[in-house]
Amino acid sequence: MSQTDAAFADAREPAPESAVSVRGVSKNYGAVEALKNMSLEFPRGQLTSLLGPSGCGKTTLLKIIAGLIPADAGAVEVNGKTIRGPGDDRAFVFQDFALLPWANVLRNVAFGLELRGVAKSEREAIAEKYIANVGLAGFEKSFPHQLSGGMRQRVGLARALSVDAEVLLLDEPFSAVDEQTRRKFQEDLLSLVQNENKTFIFVTHSIEEAVYVSDQIAILLPRPSRVSEIIRPTSFRNKGVENIRRDPEYLDIVDEIWASLRSYVE
Amino acid sequence: MNRSLLLKLLSAALVFGAWEIAGRIPISYAFPTFLEAMSSLAQMAFDGTLLRAYAETLKPLVLGVAISAVLGIGFGLWIGLSARSEWVFSPIFIVMQAAPLAALIPLLVMAYGIGLTSKVFVVCIMAMPVIVLNTAGAVRNTPASLKEMGQSFLASDRQVLLKIVIPAASPVIFSGLRLGVSAGFIGAILAELKITPTGVGDIISYSRSIADYPSMYAAIFSIILLAVVFLNLLEKLENYLFEGNNRGYVSD
Repeated sequence: MSQTDAAFADAREPAPESAVSVRGVSKNYGAVEALKNMSLEFPRGQLTSLLGPSGCGKTTLLKIIAGLIPADAGAVEVNGKTIRGPGDDRAFVFQDFALLPWANVLRNVAFGLELRGVAKSEREAIAEKYIANVGLAGFEKSFPHQLSGGMRQRVGLARALSVDAEVLLLDEPFSAVDEQTRRKFQEDLLSLVQNENKTFIFVTHSIEEAVYVSDQIAILLPRPSRVSEIIRPTSFRNKGVENIRRDPEYLDIVDEIWASLRSYVE
Repeated sequence: MNRSLLLKLLSAALVFGAWEIAGRIPISYAFPTFLEAMSSLAQMAFDGTLLRAYAETLKPLVLGVAISAVLGIGFGLWIGLSARSEWVFSPIFIVMQAAPLAALIPLLVMAYGIGLTSKVFVVCIMAMPVIVLNTAGAVRNTPASLKEMGQSFLASDRQVLLKIVIPAASPVIFSGLRLGVSAGFIGAILAELKITPTGVGDIISYSRSIADYPSMYAAIFSIILLAVVFLNLLEKLENYLFEGNNRGYVSD
């Protein structure tokens, strides 16, 4: 039994039903093997982090799940159906926000619905609700260049929420915002996971961030790219956001992950 | 807003003041003062000379600029979206841009005569390449993450083009249009000086031949003024179509 399968079997028993399954996915960029025969389950209603050093293929995997790039082999299933491209069951939050600079916050948030042909008044009502949810009420008419980095990512998040997809894919969403904003985001993300009945797949390179927000952490290692370990923190999730960072289990997991990753950092 | 108007007036005052002084020294007997040029401009405006001249000049200018804008943006989009068409068309426009136009005018006249067609061609050769090349470059440099964003939110190819690629390229397309339109104005006057003297080109060459320099400079001034007005209108159109393009200055 390979290492991947072993880790996979361990993880599967306590995990609830999967919303997304990655089965034997491979992807090559020319001679470079980005992903090799990767399999991974993403439990419904939970947040799974893809954590690993740069070059381990975590963003590639996320984009394959999003349907933005095709896999060379293997399949991705969302709710048991194999995907064939982007779908309305998934929404993406981009590292660089990917906001339309010529459109105001309201149009940016409503853009996903606009592309689906939802009528203007209807989509703007939905967008306004999510703009308020992410704490940007009053900024509907502002343009992206008038907002701070953190506020821009809130717009990106509101856009992904407004299409009401079951699966949210977040590609290092907090890496371009400052540390204080990032901590606030992490707390907001936890309440989002709790309140919205959605499955979150979260790519990050920050060990602390992954442990802080995740129900399940998949550690990806490069050369060849593989899932080395799946960690499911158990005890600190319900102790309140302010207590997580001094919980012994939190500290142990952070240390343990660093111990297994340090040899891969040049 | 008032401050920016004040600065614009100051800039105009500086230039016209320098012109007036240079004319009074005088730096050349063929160089009139600003006030002399303005008085003959007013005279030509009131006796209808200018109106008749522009009725003639605007024909090739408007036609040429309109053709250049429509075809130029169209070709630019095509070149920007497909590598194959870039290899076919892009060299043509690069050659067009680099060609010494004044030397080619006799060829155009032989092929198309001395009428409107040749003049429209001159305007197009001046205006189109920069519009095409700017548009193509802007389209090719659409941020990849914006296109990915569109795809991930289920945009069709047509929606990606209309709602993402073209608006994203619009600031550079418009700067190409501004450069192209200015070049078109130059082309229109060049055509009237080199092919047949009509319109504003006729005022320029006729008043030069009878040493009426104030009228000559008045005519040149009027065409520059028209170009400036037109470029400002173009900027207004851009801000109206793509509000977020007007991102302000760092110091504001």
